[in-house]
Amino acid sequence: MIADVETKALDLTGVNIHYGDFHAVKDLSMSYQTREITALIGPSGCGKSTLLRSLNRMNDLIAGTRTDGQVLFHGKNLYDPDVDPVQVRRWIGMVFQKPNPFPKTIFENVAWGARINGFKGDMEELVVTSLQRVALWDEVKEKLYKPALALSGGQQQRLCIARTIAVKPEIVLMDEPTSALDPISTAKIEDLLDELKKSYTIIIVTHNMQQAGRVSDKAAFMLTGVLEEFGPTDQIFFNPKNPKTEAYISGRFG
Amino acid sequence: MMFPVAGHEDFHPNMGSRKVRAATWNGIFLASTMVGVLALVTLVATLVDNCFGAVILQDAVALTDVSDAGKTLEGLDAPQLRQALQSAADQDLISPGRLAILERDGPLATRTAEDLRFLLIHEVLQPTVERAWGLTDTLFHSDEIARVKQEKFPDAELVFRSWITPDFLGRSQSRDVLLTGIRGAIIGSLIIILLAVCIALPVGVGAAIWLEEYAGNTRLNRFIQTNIYNLAGVPSIIYGMLGLSLFVRGLEGLTSGAWFGIEGVNGRTVFSAGLTLALLILPIIIINTQEALKAIPQSLRWSSYGVGATRWQTIWHHVIPAAGDRILTGTVFGVSRALGETAPLVVVGASAVLTLDPSGLFSKFTTLPMQVYTLSQQPQEEFKHLASAAIIVLMIILLGLNSVAIVLRGRMKKTKEAA
Repeated sequence: MIADVETKALDLTGVNIHYGDFHAVKDLSMSYQTREITALIGPSGCGKSTLLRSLNRMNDLIAGTRTDGQVLFHGKNLYDPDVDPVQVRRWIGMVFQKPNPFPKTIFENVAWGARINGFKGDMEELVVTSLQRVALWDEVKEKLYKPALALSGGQQQRLCIARTIAVKPEIVLMDEPTSALDPISTAKIEDLLDELKKSYTIIIVTHNMQQAGRVSDKAAFMLTGVLEEFGPTDQIFFNPKNPKTEAYISGRFG
Repeated sequence: MMFPVAGHEDFHPNMGSRKVRAATWNGIFLASTMVGVLALVTLVATLVDNCFGAVILQDAVALTDVSDAGKTLEGLDAPQLRQALQSAADQDLISPGRLAILERDGPLATRTAEDLRFLLIHEVLQPTVERAWGLTDTLFHSDEIARVKQEKFPDAELVFRSWITPDFLGRSQSRDVLLTGIRGAIIGSLIIILLAVCIALPVGVGAAIWLEEYAGNTRLNRFIQTNIYNLAGVPSIIYGMLGLSLFVRGLEGLTSGAWFGIEGVNGRTVFSAGLTLALLILPIIIINTQEALKAIPQSLRWSSYGVGATRWQTIWHHVIPAAGDRILTGTVFGVSRALGETAPLVVVGASAVLTLDPSGLFSKFTTLPMQVYTLSQQPQEEFKHLASAAIIVLMIILLGLNSVAIVLRGRMKKTKEAA
């Protein structure tokens, strides 16, 4: 039983999310394995980004959102009243669709999150290793104190990933992290995901079917707020059990 | 049709009438701009016209009556000036008592030539302005001016005068047109503005942060928001009434300094004026700061929350620095408004005549716009020229404050982009 808990990074039971009157995620139960990449796929408006944001209580920031159900992290429900969402986000980091580095230097972008979380170690080393892990170090080592906004879109997005892993989270949530990037930058980030998987559990929302097929170990297909099918990526893509999944994968709708 | 492309018979490009309409609107917009420019040019031209020009100065006592050393004052040295003052006293042109007072302020024997010349002019010769002209009259109707001088004031002096002089800036109020100044009003305006900003900026920015970053979208908050927008549009004289009843009367102990052991003053002080103007610019600062915070993209806040920052860390490290330049712009807008306000300060009790400079929070006060009003209400023609001079000083201070803000804003923007 304990071993089972240990391999589940997050365990969801009966999660329902409402935006005002709109029921965005309906009675969803699933779990994410540690050090695996899970892709959430489905047509626009199916609730996959909403689900992703509920995993580190980012939805709290959107007025009118209500989340019910259980999201267990290390045996603790993230939605228990004594849980501080600020602490949740520190363990479960997030990378957004559009690269959004802080309007500060490259160094500060990586160091800031660690500093506000009380990091007392060698800050320079942390910044260097974080940038190395996202394969950005060689490109920025000469301009660590230059504005991050001067970097290209792809570099900015890798910087955002470095910023997220610099606080040493357990889980990294990615909300369509490459949809604003060109194919070469996208390929770099996909390569990076394979590397990051060794240390982090990654949950990624993507509209790009090929990307989901290339990078993920498991895939979850959602439709109108319902989890239709969840399983190993190969099975979902090549042998879907649910006819709706099959229809979506084969491009008949969505 | 210009290009004979087949299959487009349903399209009627109508280029002629479209171009005419475009040109018409273009002309209307240009004309609107020109009206604005013209109004501004007229304003500046009128002020400058009033501020410089020919004046006829008539001495009450001729220089030759008290001195035979030279025709002009500038030609006299210190001993000759002392001699002239003595001779005036001998002829009873200056009272012995007045001379004794001057002697006590600073012995004549030790005063500089410049100082003595000033005394001789204003104590003995006592020139008065008989007539004054604007700059355009001076330049284009000089024969007419010369004729008036010849016919009506043959022994007077015709000089070209700038009504803005170091004396005008550096002296306090006086009944004498040639001696009066606006030093007290400049000091009063600056202290009151400083006080108002020191109070309204922290309160206003704090309120804006609460409304924008903390408050939820409840009925009460929407009500508060609507009222702040309404407050920004309330006529300023109503703020004056509020200041009068709240600060001058209600909190008289505080605003007169009585609670701090200062006696013999009423509540019509610099303190009351500063508090009143702070209330006046508070909604302006709140609204402008809110607009500045609204302009910060939500993604910046999210990226901060995403690494585990608290709301306060997000606001302090990211939102305020990113909004700083716009907040400053809003504050300058408020300051400009407050600097020009007259009505509320009349109600709160600005002095029309104030010969003592305001020296602290509990002094009586006057301000530049108040002085402009007072000067323009004087019956003598010459005071109109002084009013124009005071307006120019007010506008220079305003432009100065604005340029400081523009420089600061540019610097903040640069660090924001570079950092």
